[in-house]
Parts: sequence; C-alpha cells; structure tokens
Amino acid sequence: MAKTHVTMTVNGQAVEGLVEPRTLLIHFLRENLSLTGAHIGCETSHCGACTVDLDGQSVKSCTVFAVQAQGADIRTIEGMANPDGTLHALQDGFREMHGLQCGFCTPGMILRAYRLLQENPNPTEDEIRMGISGNLCRCTGYQNIVAAIQYAAAKLSAPQEQAA
Amino acid sequence: MNEMTPPTAAERTDKLQGMGCRRKRVEDVRFTQGRGNYVDDLKLPGMLYGDFVRSSYGHARIKSIDTSKAKAVPGVVAVLTAADLAPLKLHWMPTLAGDVQMVLADGKVLFQNQEIAFVVANDRYVAADAAELVEVEYEELPPLVDPFKAMAPDAPVLREDLAGKTSGAHGPRKHHNHIFEWTVGDREATDLAFRDAEVTIKEMLSYQRVHPSPLETCQCVASFDKIKGELTLWGTFQAPHVVRTVAAILSGIPEHKIHVIAPDIGGGFGNKVGVYPGYVCSVVASIVTGKPVKWVEDRIENLSATAFARDYHMTTEIAATKDGKVTGLRVHVLADHGAFDACADPSKWPAGFFNIVTGSYDFPTAHCSVDGVYTNKAPGGVAYRCSFRVTEAAYCIERGMDILAQKLGMDPAELRLKNFVRREQFPYQSALGWEYDSGDYHTALRQGMEKVGYTALRAEQKAKQEAFRRGETREIMGVGVCFFTEIVGAGPSKNCDILGIAMFDSCEIRIHPTGAAIARMGTKSQGQGHETTYAQIIASEIGIPADDIMVEEGNTDTAPYGLGTYGSRSTPVAGAAIATAARKIKAKAQMIAAYLLEVHHDDVEFDIDRFRVKGLPEKFKTMKEISWAAYNAVPPGLEPGLEAVSYYDPPNMTYPFGAYICVMDIDVDTGVCKVRRFYALDDCGTRINPMIIEGQVHGGLTEAFAIAMGQEIAYDEIGNVKGASLMDFFLPTAVETPKWETDFTVTPSPHHPIGAKGVGESPNVGGVPAFSNAVNDAFAFLGNTHIQMPHDAWRVWQAGQKLGV
Ligand code: FES
Ligand code: FES
Repeated sequence: MAKTHVTMTVNGQAVEGLVEPRTLLIHFLRENLSLTGAHIGCETSHCGACTVDLDGQSVKSCTVFAVQAQGADIRTIEGMANPDGTLHALQDGFREMHGLQCGFCTPGMILRAYRLLQENPNPTEDEIRMGISGNLCRCTGYQNIVAAIQYAAAKLSAPQEQAA
Repeated sequence: MNEMTPPTAAERTDKLQGMGCRRKRVEDVRFTQGRGNYVDDLKLPGMLYGDFVRSSYGHARIKSIDTSKAKAVPGVVAVLTAADLAPLKLHWMPTLAGDVQMVLADGKVLFQNQEIAFVVANDRYVAADAAELVEVEYEELPPLVDPFKAMAPDAPVLREDLAGKTSGAHGPRKHHNHIFEWTVGDREATDLAFRDAEVTIKEMLSYQRVHPSPLETCQCVASFDKIKGELTLWGTFQAPHVVRTVAAILSGIPEHKIHVIAPDIGGGFGNKVGVYPGYVCSVVASIVTGKPVKWVEDRIENLSATAFARDYHMTTEIAATKDGKVTGLRVHVLADHGAFDACADPSKWPAGFFNIVTGSYDFPTAHCSVDGVYTNKAPGGVAYRCSFRVTEAAYCIERGMDILAQKLGMDPAELRLKNFVRREQFPYQSALGWEYDSGDYHTALRQGMEKVGYTALRAEQKAKQEAFRRGETREIMGVGVCFFTEIVGAGPSKNCDILGIAMFDSCEIRIHPTGAAIARMGTKSQGQGHETTYAQIIASEIGIPADDIMVEEGNTDTAPYGLGTYGSRSTPVAGAAIATAARKIKAKAQMIAAYLLEVHHDDVEFDIDRFRVKGLPEKFKTMKEISWAAYNAVPPGLEPGLEAVSYYDPPNMTYPFGAYICVMDIDVDTGVCKVRRFYALDDCGTRINPMIIEGQVHGGLTEAFAIAMGQEIAYDEIGNVKGASLMDFFLPTAVETPKWETDFTVTPSPHHPIGAKGVGESPNVGGVPAFSNAVNDAFAFLGNTHIQMPHDAWRVWQAGQKLGV
C-alpha cells in the first residue's frame, strides 16, 4: 500500500515517518517511534490503554490514524517527567497511592489524568471518576487511582497556594 | 570516627522495609514511566506477524480451505492449516485437563471463532488482510449450546475423535458428549440426612460463563535459531516453566534448548495459565520460516477463544433442623466445558477444588458430584481470579445458606454464626475431605457486623419494606452477607500435580559480597507486586534491606523450576520457599558470624540485621559484614559464598477466609442496583504488605462486582457468541465501581513458615455471593428465593416484574 509522509511533534521532539493511510497512531508510536509506553488493550476505543495527549486533548490513539496526527503536538508517558528529570506529580502519585498493579493501563491513565487536571485542577472524587471513565483498569478497582490523582492535584496546586 | 548514636532497634527494623510494612512498589518506577517490558513491546530483526482465520460457525464440517489468494498477497510468508501441522503431529495438542484440543481445525469446527488457519506475514496489517482472503467452505452441523441438552440421546456428536471411547482422563464417560463424572463424599449418609431432615432447600444455582479479560490479551513471540537448534519463546505466561516442559514434549526440541521468558504481564487472572493455539502456531511458523514470529490476540479473540471461566450449574440442597443446624449438603453440578476440556486445574482434579463447597460450616455429611459435558463453545474453564472452582463452590454454599435462612425465617448472619466451624475445631476435617488449617470465623463475622451496624441496617430494611408495601417508595434495600473459606496454595505433591509435575514452588537467593542480593523465583507476577513483597520476606528473614534485594521471575534459564502464579499460590507456596531458602542462608551466616566473633555458633543470636553475642549486644556482626566475610573468611570446613535454593512442597493448602457485607439499594422500576456500602474483612494470615493486600482486595472486589452485576459470555441458539467485545462484555469503569472498605483479622497458618495464606483471589470468591445475596435479599420479602446472575438492570427489572412489583 502506498505510504504517506507524516511529521509531528512527540514529547517536544520533531519526528517523521512513512505510514500507510490506515496506520493507526498507536502503531506509529509503538512500531515506528518505539514508544511502547502506550498500550493496546482493545483497538475498539473502549479501554483507554492507548490514551495519549494530542493538541491539548486526550485521544485514544487506536482510533486515530497517524495521518490525522499530521502536524500535531503529542505527549506520551515517555514525555511526562519534568524537564529536570524528576517525575511528574501524577507519576509520583500513582506510586505513592498504589494506583497501579500490572501497570498496563497506567500510561493511558496518567495521560488522561494529566489532561483532566489541566482542565480541572481541583476535581472532586466524582469528577475524577467521570473524568477517567474512558479508561479501564482490570487490577486496581480504581479507588487508589482516584487517590493518586487527588494526590497529584494537591501537589500541583500546593506551590500556587504558597505564592498566593 | 564520628561519634554517632547507633540506630535504635526500631530504626534498624524500619530500614529493612520488611514484612508488615506498606513498602512502595519497586515495579512502579518503570511502569509509571512507560518502561514496562510487555510482550508486544518486543521487536526483533526480521520479525513476522501471525494472525488467525477463525470459524464463522459454532459447529460445522470443513469441506475445503483455499489459501491461494492469501498466499499471493505481497508480504505473506506462510499460511498454516491443520494439514501443515499434521506431519509434525501438532494439529492437536494435549490440554492440562487430560483432553486433547485442535490447534487448527481438523476436519470440523466446534465453536465460533475457533482457529482454522494461521497467516504469517511481514506486517500485522498484511497478515490481517490476507486472513480475510482465506476461503473456507463449511457444511453446517446442528449446534449444541445448552449444556442441559448435551446428554440427550439424540444430541449431536461433537467430538468425533472420541468415537467409541467409553472412558476419558477422569474415568467412565456416560454419553458421547460426556467428559467425566467426579464424585466425592458419602452418598448414603447424605441421603439419610435428607431423609431425616426437618427442613430442606433445593435450588438450581447457575454461575454464568464469564471471562477473565486482563487488559493485556494473550500474546507471544517465538524465535527459533536453526543453527543452534534453540527456541526462545516470550509470552504472557503465568506458568513459564510448565510452558517450557509442554513445549519440549510437543515439539521434540530438548528442554534445555528451549528458553521461555515471561516478561511483564498486563494482568492474568487465570487467562494466561493455559497453552493456546497461538503459541503453538507461532513456534511452528518460526521453525518453518526461520524468523521470529509474533502473535498478539485482539480483544474479540481474547473474549471468544481463550479461557472462559465458570459455566457451572449447581443443583444445591441443604438439610437442616428446624432451629437452623445444618445436617447435610448435596450438590450436583452440570459443568459446561465447551468443545475441549481445557480446564487449568491440577491434573487429578477435573472439577478443581469444588469440594470446598461445605464452606465455613460444620456439615456432618455431604456429597457432591460433577458432570462435565462438551458443547459448541470455546474451551477453558480457568480459575478466573480464584483457586480452582472455588468461587463456584463459594457461590453455591453462600447462596444456599441464604436460601435456607429465608426458609427458616432466620437472619442469614445468625444462621452462619450458628453453623460455623468453631475456632477450637481447627485443624478441621471437612465432610468432603479437606483439612482446614486455621480459622476464627465467629470473631471475623461479628467484627464485620459491628463495623457495618448490622442490626440497624436490618431495622432500616424492615422500615423500607413497610414503606414499599404502603406504596411510599419504589426503592428496596438488600443486605448481602457472605462468609467464605478459600482453599489456596496448590499444592501438596500428595494430591496436586500438573501433567505429572508436583506443584511445589521454588526460590534461589544469592547474597553478593557487598550484602546486596538477588532472589529468583519459579512464580510469575502479573501485577501482584512480587518484586516488592518477596524482597520484604527476605528482608525480615535475613536482615538485608528490601531495597538491596532484586527479585527476578519469568526467565526459565535463570529461575529455579516452579509451577507459576495462579490460584493464589505464590504466597502460600513460593512465599514459603523464600522463607526456607532465607533460613538456610541465615544458618550459614550464623556460623560465619560466630567465627568472626570468635565464639561458638550457639552463643550468637539473630537481631534484626545482625548476629550478636548472647548477653553482649555490643559485640555483633551485621549481615553486610557477614556477606563480605562469606567471600573471604569462612570458617574452616565451610564452603565460601552465601546462597541457597529451596523447593517447597507444602504440607497442606492454606484456608484464607473473610466476612463480606454489601448494602444495596434497588429501584424496582428501572432495575438499577446501587451499592451503598461494601465492607470486606479478610483474614489471610500473616500480612506481608498491607498496602498491596488492600489493592488486591479492591481489584478482586471490582472483578466480583463485574461478574455478579453484569458479565456474561452468552451464546445464541445457533452457537454465535454474543457479547465478545468490550461493547457488550461488562468491564466496570470508575463510575460504576463502588467504593470499598477493607478490614482484617489475623489468624496465621500454622503450617506455613511465615503464617501467610494468600489473598489475591479471596475478594472475587467472597465478593460474588455478597453482591448476589444483596440483590436476592432485597427481593426476598416479596417472595423471591433466587434470581440468577448476572444482576444487570434489565434482568433485575424483569425479576421485579415477575414478583409483581
Ligand atoms: S486500545 Fe485504544 S481504547 Fe483500547
Ligand atoms: S493496573 Fe492492571 S489494568 Fe490497571
């Protein structure tokens, strides 16, 4: 099948590749770019394991063609750590609050939670539960994922409170 | 030297991060950064991709398979069918349950989505394209879907390969679709108990077909090196050593030339114990093509072809006195095994440990029989987050006790308290042959009842029922009580093996000169956090900080042989192997310490992280010092080095238990059930890491919730599998999932070196009956005795309609 040239920014770096028009973004990320953090749990938009951030929105990258991401700015779990190399508050939070077990949902969960906290820095528990309802976890029962996101929300808003 | 206050005993203990502390998980460091290493992350040079052509029909004869169009697709390297596997004798494979299973359809198909051909191409899209082009001509055969019709005289013959075989791996077969009959207990005594009973109940309790559905599907990469004659197989294996042995037996490749590696696994829950056609085909394809071959199941394939669970139909009878003392239990199970008997039970146990069905109660006598039958459904029958068939047994007895309580007009908790095995009866011989190791059931249930305010809940329920009758509300309330006893830790070699291999487990510990260590295990975590908790056991046992201990699993070349992780066996069996290996090291360390301290080894004693001279606590050698000395200053006659290996054959199973209480509000007009509160008390003996235990309980309860309230792999009357996608198969999101309250008591196992019992599966075993009892309890005052699972809104609404609400 004829291939198309795509370029995009992934985790702050310009990347490019040759893809078929039907190549899914998740496959482009995982196979072409070897960014295997985002996972495939269903390929039918149900599980959220493939969630990445695309131009300021959470997307399920199994349901986006790579060519649709032409020119996009994408962030994956590999780009979540802070510029100084320390972990993002969400990454800390998931570990501190035991928000993961097998870890397969975790990259998608963290990316989804990242966007949720961008949109709503102090979500209630119900807002968190609704906000991550596109992401399935088979291991944790969600309770500690909610706690992990609350932990990150508190940590991320703490310096601002001090400044105020 | 600086004058430093020496650390206190408490500080030294803290530093170890040993047993009992909420140690943060070491696995999370890589998982939270996208650095896990799962099978599909693996990329090898020249790797090919396999994809299956699957059956459209539930039951059909295959008249022809035309692969020519598929083979003509650029990029397609091979298309395998049964005809290609037959010369290698790999078109069929043995199952763990003593049956055989087609790898690729041989003459006929027996369930929808059964594997027919394996297309291998240089790209996964090309493989999928080509699979579409394989033309299969079928002749439809009458499907058999209802297990209750399987043994009708005129039922279609499913397994033509078994023609004329009047006995199978587990004894005589009564019918061409019969697999086995398994009986246990005293039939006559039980019949007598029922004859003389003042009160009896009888109910057919169905536990529907469900699926473990871990977030990562089953997958593998097979790479055969023709020059060396070696096969490397990476895969989602809960039991990698068993896979290696099976691969050696099947392929004829010597076992030492097979390297099986289970990297990080994205959840298992029983789905990843068995051997699937995808693994066999990948291996063959790699041998044939000389290239590595990857096979990754998609979600629909996962739900419809690999490893269903349950499908047990349990006719349950209890005999009792009129004041509520149970006198006998009789259960007959019709077990739907699908097209092949591919249960992942210990080989001698065709119905697993279903004979734990007397539960937590002191039944003087019991009898149980299980008939396994073939139907045109996917094979499996795996232990989905439970020990073998234990969740079915727990559901059976816990629903049964509620139904009995209702008939007696007794409170279900009171009936349980009246019939519990009492603390002083342990070790307790059950009527169906088990020896329960330890328990304190009364304390646990009373603690639970107190914590939830049980009496007040019943009063509230009564008031609501009256309001409902007066027409003031359309909401009813149920209180689901469950008190389960699990049986885990398979198992003692005297009664447990898989294909003849005893179900021990193993641990090898090496202490390096600097006092850091590596421990290698025969088990394989799929999210349970073994790398974290195993190190905690070693830390407490030998006084090396858990942070200095690396735990490695899943590589059959480096790990000692073990039977893997399922049935909550890791802590009971491998956990014990760790402790015994650690104690061997400790014994040698004591000799070295005594030598260094120039005293007799009886004159030193272990103290947290060191050996000290008895009565002279300031004279000591730390484990770090001892480790160094092990490599340069061992006592004469002792070998250098500090390592040990242990293979642990458990003397008995362990019997975790728990009290679960679920409070549910149900809108009878919509059938919507809301879990108001769920309280879970678990007693898993000694607690290694409370944080991880709570996480396991949350996860298990969520799976129990899914099963009780919505999961079902259903088939229509012609054998089409309904609901094999996440569109239809219920995996709860954070919104539906209730909040969990956890609690515990501690009754150590007397025969386990550290007293631990295992916990990962208890919440599923105990959770399902608690939810189902809550729904049934809510409707009981309207005359309901039993509503079958799953309790989704539609079915609950229908149940209400039937009761005339
Ligand atoms: S893989 Fe994309 S939503 Fe499941
Ligand atoms: S941690 Fe396993 S799926 Fe979420």
